[in-house]
Amino acid sequence: MSGTFLGMPSFPRAAREAVRDERLRRNLRHATHTIRDKRARAVAELDDWAELREAGKRIKDRTLRHLDTYLLELEERVTAAGGTVHWAEDAAEANRIVTGLVRATGEREVVKVKSMATQEIELNEALEEAGIRAYETDLAELIVQLGEDRPSHILVPAIHRNRTEIRDIFRAEMGRWGRPAPDGLTDEPAELAEAARLHLREKFLRARVGISGANFMVAETGTLVVVESEGNGRMCLTLPETLISVVGIEKVVPTWRDLEVFLQTLPRSSTAERMNPYTSTWTGTADGDGPDAFHLVLLDNGRTRALADETGRQALRCIRCSACLNVCPVYERAGGHAYGSVYPGPIGAVLTPQLRGTTSEIDASLPYASSLCGACYEVCPVAIDIPEVLVRLREEVAGRGGKGHRLEKAAMKAAGWVLDHPGALAAGERIAGAAGRLLPERLPGPGARQWTDHRDLPDLPAEPFRDWWRKNRP
Amino acid sequence: MRVALFVTCVNDAVFPSTGVATVRLLERLGVEVDFPSAQTCCGQPQFNTGYRRETAPLVRRTVRAFEGYEHVVVPSGSCAAMVRHHYPSFGPRAAALGPRVRELTEFLVDVLGVTDVGAYFPHAVTYHPSCHGLRLLGLGDRPRRLLEAVRGLELRELPGAEECCGFGGTFAVKNPDVSAAMGADKVAHAVETGAGVLCGADNSCLLHVGGTASRLKAPLRTVHLAEVLASTEEEPWR
Ligand code: SF4
Repeated sequence: MSGTFLGMPSFPRAAREAVRDERLRRNLRHATHTIRDKRARAVAELDDWAELREAGKRIKDRTLRHLDTYLLELEERVTAAGGTVHWAEDAAEANRIVTGLVRATGEREVVKVKSMATQEIELNEALEEAGIRAYETDLAELIVQLGEDRPSHILVPAIHRNRTEIRDIFRAEMGRWGRPAPDGLTDEPAELAEAARLHLREKFLRARVGISGANFMVAETGTLVVVESEGNGRMCLTLPETLISVVGIEKVVPTWRDLEVFLQTLPRSSTAERMNPYTSTWTGTADGDGPDAFHLVLLDNGRTRALADETGRQALRCIRCSACLNVCPVYERAGGHAYGSVYPGPIGAVLTPQLRGTTSEIDASLPYASSLCGACYEVCPVAIDIPEVLVRLREEVAGRGGKGHRLEKAAMKAAGWVLDHPGALAAGERIAGAAGRLLPERLPGPGARQWTDHRDLPDLPAEPFRDWWRKNRP
Repeated sequence: MRVALFVTCVNDAVFPSTGVATVRLLERLGVEVDFPSAQTCCGQPQFNTGYRRETAPLVRRTVRAFEGYEHVVVPSGSCAAMVRHHYPSFGPRAAALGPRVRELTEFLVDVLGVTDVGAYFPHAVTYHPSCHGLRLLGLGDRPRRLLEAVRGLELRELPGAEECCGFGGTFAVKNPDVSAAMGADKVAHAVETGAGVLCGADNSCLLHVGGTASRLKAPLRTVHLAEVLASTEEEPWR
C-alpha cells in the first residue's frame, strides 16, 4: 500500500479521539447494530449455513493452495476472450499500468465502480497526479470523495456520516464536479439518492473509460464478477469503451459451481439480502456489446507474502462482506479511520499488517486492536479465525522487541518466573495481601495508569486461596 | 468422585473467595476436591499477548500438575478455553489435558448431571456470558439453567449480553479508551436491568466490569457464579 496512511498514529491514540466523538459513536452504533441484526435474521433463514460456510472456506483454501495454476488458467481464458492481462507486483506498478492505459485512450476522466483494490493502491490519487479525474459512482464512495474524506467501512465507506452531514456535503460540493445538488435539497434518503442519481447520470453517459475491481474471477472461463446493490456498477461495466479491472490475485475461484456458495453467503453477510440486486459478469470483450477493450490488472501487493504464512494466509479467504466490522465492539467505538488503512475492523487488523508488514507504528499496533472476543470469527462466512491470526501477528511484533515491547517482555519473563515457582508466588501474594490494598487508587507507571484511569481496583484479600486451602484442608 | 481444582492465578491471588466457594459447592454435591499445589497460571496472558516462548514453561507446569486426574475443574471460562483450544499447539502431552479440563458449569451440568445444586440467593441477578465461555467453549445455556434453579434468585435479561465487556487481558491496558468505553456500556446495560448483582463465570472480566462500576459509582456489584451457587439458606454467601 502507498503512503497516505503511513505515519498514522498508533491505533490506541487514533481510537482515543474517536471514542470521545459523541456524534461519531452514535452514527456508528446505530448503523452497525442495524446491519448486524438484519444479517443475523438473513443468515438464520438458511438451515445449511454452517455447511455453506465450511464449503466457502474449503473452496478458498484449495484455490489458494494452487493459486499459480488457477491464475495462469484465468490469464489464458481472459486472453482468449479478447482481454489483456497485466501482472502488478505492487501498488506502484499497478498504478503505472492503469495510468498508462487511460492515457493511451486520450481520456482525462474515468468512472469507477466501488473497489477495495483500487482504494488499497490509492489509484485515484495516482490518476489525479497524471491529470486524470476519477469519479466514484457508488453512493457512499461519492459521499466520501465529495467530502474529501477517507472511507471508514468496507461496504459502507461513509458509515461515519449521518444524513444531515451528507446533505451538507452534496449542497457544498456537487457543483464543483458537475451537476449541482437540486435547490432546497433536504436530508430525506430518497431526495439524497435522487440528487446522486442526477449528478452521476451525466458521468455515466459521458465516460469512455470505466475502472472496476471484482468480487470473483472464474478461472475456467475467464469471467469476472461484480455484485452490487445500486446499479452504478452495471453502468460503469457496460457503457464505456474501455474497461480496466484491478483485482487482487486471491479473488480467483476455479469454477462457476464455486460461485454458487459465495453468491449465497456474500449478500446475506454484507447487506443482509437474500440476493444482491445486481450481479454483473463479463468475459473478455464481445462485438457490439459492452466495452471494446478490456484490461485485467492482477494485483499482488503483499498477497504472496501473506500466502507464505501458514496461519496468516487464511485472511486471503476474505470476501470483503464486512460482517466482522459490523459485530466488532472495538470497531464500533474506534471507528474505521483509526485502523489507518482502507481495510478497517477485524479483517483490517489482520490483513493490513500482512500486506504492509508490521514495521510502522500503526501497523505494529493493529494486531492488538482487539479484545479477542471472537465475534468476528463467529460471523465470518469463510470462517477466518481472526483471533488466531491476531495472536500470531502479536508474536511477530513482540518477538522483534521494539518500542514498549522490551519492557513488556521483561515483565512477562518475570511474571513467568514467579508463576513457575509457586513458593515465590505464594510469598508475593502474602505480602500483597498483608498490605491490604496492594496498590493506591491510581497507579504510577506504564500499563498501571491505563488500568486505574478508568477502573477501581478491588481490595486485596487477606490471604491467597492456597493459604486458605492449607489451613482448611490439611 | 475425585477432581482436581484448577483455581487459576487470578482467583488464587485476587478472588480466593471464588476458589473457596467452588470447593464448598463441589463438596456439598459429594465430590472430593484436590488442590495440586504445583499449579500456578495457565499461561493465557503471555500467550494472547504474543509471548509464546514465555508461555511454554507454564504450559508444562500446568500439564504436570494435573496429570493423573480424570477431571480438572476450573472456575474460569477463559482459562478452560486456553487449555482446551491452545494447549494442543504445545504438543501431544499438553493436548491430552484439554478434554479432561472442564469449566465449572460444564462439570456440574455434563458430568454431575445437575442443574439444581440446592442454592439459595435472594437477589435480582443479571448474567454476563464472557466471550471465551460463550464462543470458545460453547457453554450455551448451562449457566442460565443453573441460575434459574437457584431459590430466591430473580434472573434478569442483560441487554447486549453477548457483547464483550472490554477486558481482553492486556487489551485493557493497551487500548484503555476503547476498553473503558466497552466496560461503561456493559455497566450501563447491567444497571438498566435493575438487578443489583452482575454475575459471571470469569473473574478477570468481573474485575474490569466491577472496577468500572465502582469508578462510575454505579449501583452494581459483581459476583462469580460459583459464589451464587455455593450460597445456601443455612450458609448464605454475602
Ligand atoms: S474477514 Fe470474513 S467477515 Fe470479515 S469481511 Fe472478510 S469475509 Fe467478511
